[in-house]
Amino acid sequence: MIKDSSKVPTYDTLGVIERVNRFSKRSIKNSSKIAGLKLALSMIDLTTLEGNDTKGKVEQLCYKAMHPHDALQGLPTVAAICVYPSMVSIAKNALQGSKINVASVATAFPSGQSDLKIKLADTKFAVDQGADEIDMVISRGKFLSGDYQYVYDEIIAVKEACGKAHLKVILETGELETLDNVRKASEIAIQAGADFIKTSTGKIQPAATLPVTYVMLDTIKDHYIKTGKMIGMKPAGGISNSKTAFQYLIMLNEVLGEKWMNSKYFRFGASSLANDILMQLVKFETGFYQSANYFSKD
Amino acid sequence: MSRLNINKTYKLYIGGKFPRTESSRYYPITNTKGDLIANMCLASRKDFRNAVVIARKVQESWVSTSALNKGQILYRIAEMLEGRKEQFIEELILQGVQKKAAQIEVSTSIDRLVYYAGWSDKYQQFFSSVNPVNSAHFNFTNLEPTGVVSIIAPENQGLLGLISVIAPAIVGGNTVIVLASQNISLSAISFSEVLNSSDVPGGVVNILTGKREELISHFASHMDVNAIIYCGTDQKDLKTVSELASNNVKRTIFYKKNDWLNSSNESPYFIEKTQEAKTTWHPVKI
Repeated sequence: MIKDSSKVPTYDTLGVIERVNRFSKRSIKNSSKIAGLKLALSMIDLTTLEGNDTKGKVEQLCYKAMHPHDALQGLPTVAAICVYPSMVSIAKNALQGSKINVASVATAFPSGQSDLKIKLADTKFAVDQGADEIDMVISRGKFLSGDYQYVYDEIIAVKEACGKAHLKVILETGELETLDNVRKASEIAIQAGADFIKTSTGKIQPAATLPVTYVMLDTIKDHYIKTGKMIGMKPAGGISNSKTAFQYLIMLNEVLGEKWMNSKYFRFGASSLANDILMQLVKFETGFYQSANYFSKD
Repeated sequence: MSRLNINKTYKLYIGGKFPRTESSRYYPITNTKGDLIANMCLASRKDFRNAVVIARKVQESWVSTSALNKGQILYRIAEMLEGRKEQFIEELILQGVQKKAAQIEVSTSIDRLVYYAGWSDKYQQFFSSVNPVNSAHFNFTNLEPTGVVSIIAPENQGLLGLISVIAPAIVGGNTVIVLASQNISLSAISFSEVLNSSDVPGGVVNILTGKREELISHFASHMDVNAIIYCGTDQKDLKTVSELASNNVKRTIFYKKNDWLNSSNESPYFIEKTQEAKTTWHPVKI
């Protein structure tokens, strides 16, 4: 049973905005920048979630995940590939021999508007295909109409269906209206057993923003202080350049600290971010501003 | 009652907006007597980088704008400039140009824009060709813009020189990032206001003010810039540009002239400098 939702802390939106604005005004020295870029690259869930995904496209993306840019020495691989359930076995195959995980969205992604039975079957299918991580969506309609218990029970059921696979719970903050709702949804997800909480599907605008990510990190922090259990965080959607990624990393470091600064506890759900990071790294190597023409698209 | 003059803040022109330089730096420009005329933005490499990103983004849509439309837009710039002729003459005088020379420079600038506006839907015919080949192919060549062009504008003739290098590049479908004349930069920024009110899509022309020695290596080395136009005779600059441009086989165009006034400075060959010839072999039945 979920705890009394009236006891969930509330947020002063303007205060949060003021606070997160400060994260975007740090000056970073070049050596830290290079380390930060590599760290961000290793945290990426390289994502393709399109209706026109094909075997070839997913395999290409997997190759990119394993070989971000062979011209540069000493690059990490990305953390995971994120695809639809039907593409999981293809990705799993293509990634053989690497340490890269396969994450699959499930539970009637992106709207979540389906029956629980179908959602569970969707999840089981993805797990059977070999998914290491499941990205589920919560039922925003039920949440907004106040049926928190339903949302909670649903996450528990999906968690069970996941078995050994890690569960990331997508709150779709772009549809939750207020920061207080984001906090409430984060608490429900964490209590129901989420390993990660994730901002967005990437299909709705606004996707990840600094303020909602701050509130989610804050929830994770409170949970950690209370229980000692570390929950992961994944902002997704709209983080397309290194500059923005740095703002998230700075916030992560200042809210949760160094323990979270690795791909086990923090991920970026992104597709174009990887290339921007690579372009910055090559810029540091050569001294010349780079062009996207010289980097593989997927 | 007396009132205070409202002086204009001269800023950069990037992506159709007038931002201050991200570096917050400035440099003073003075008249011949050494009095301060204005403080100009001292653009940094990051301003340039931002401009390239935008110029790249809009280049695709600018090249697909019809030739007629591009011509109309160039003509529109000329119209707007005509309407603000007096202001431009005054500004040139303020920056040390003699009255008579200033008048000629401004009217020649307007005429030059009209000249290239006219070439908009004609240069393709002028340079394209159908080529005789010894096989069953219809073989033809036409021009495509080089892409994103960085320009180091002429140091003297801050208005006419600027227009003489921008107009042929953009009429051919390129987008440009220009470093204006360092000392006659007022005219360049006032000209960006004219561009902004002339239906030129934001980002097609980006104008920076600042120092050549700081920016030239970035203008020449940026991998996403396809051509560089350098106006000047400094041997060290010419070497820097040539060397750095070779990294991505950038097209280099050097103009060593000092005077852009006479009519030898306008010709379709200025357009052709930032065009690439594409030859197509189209199979045909014998």
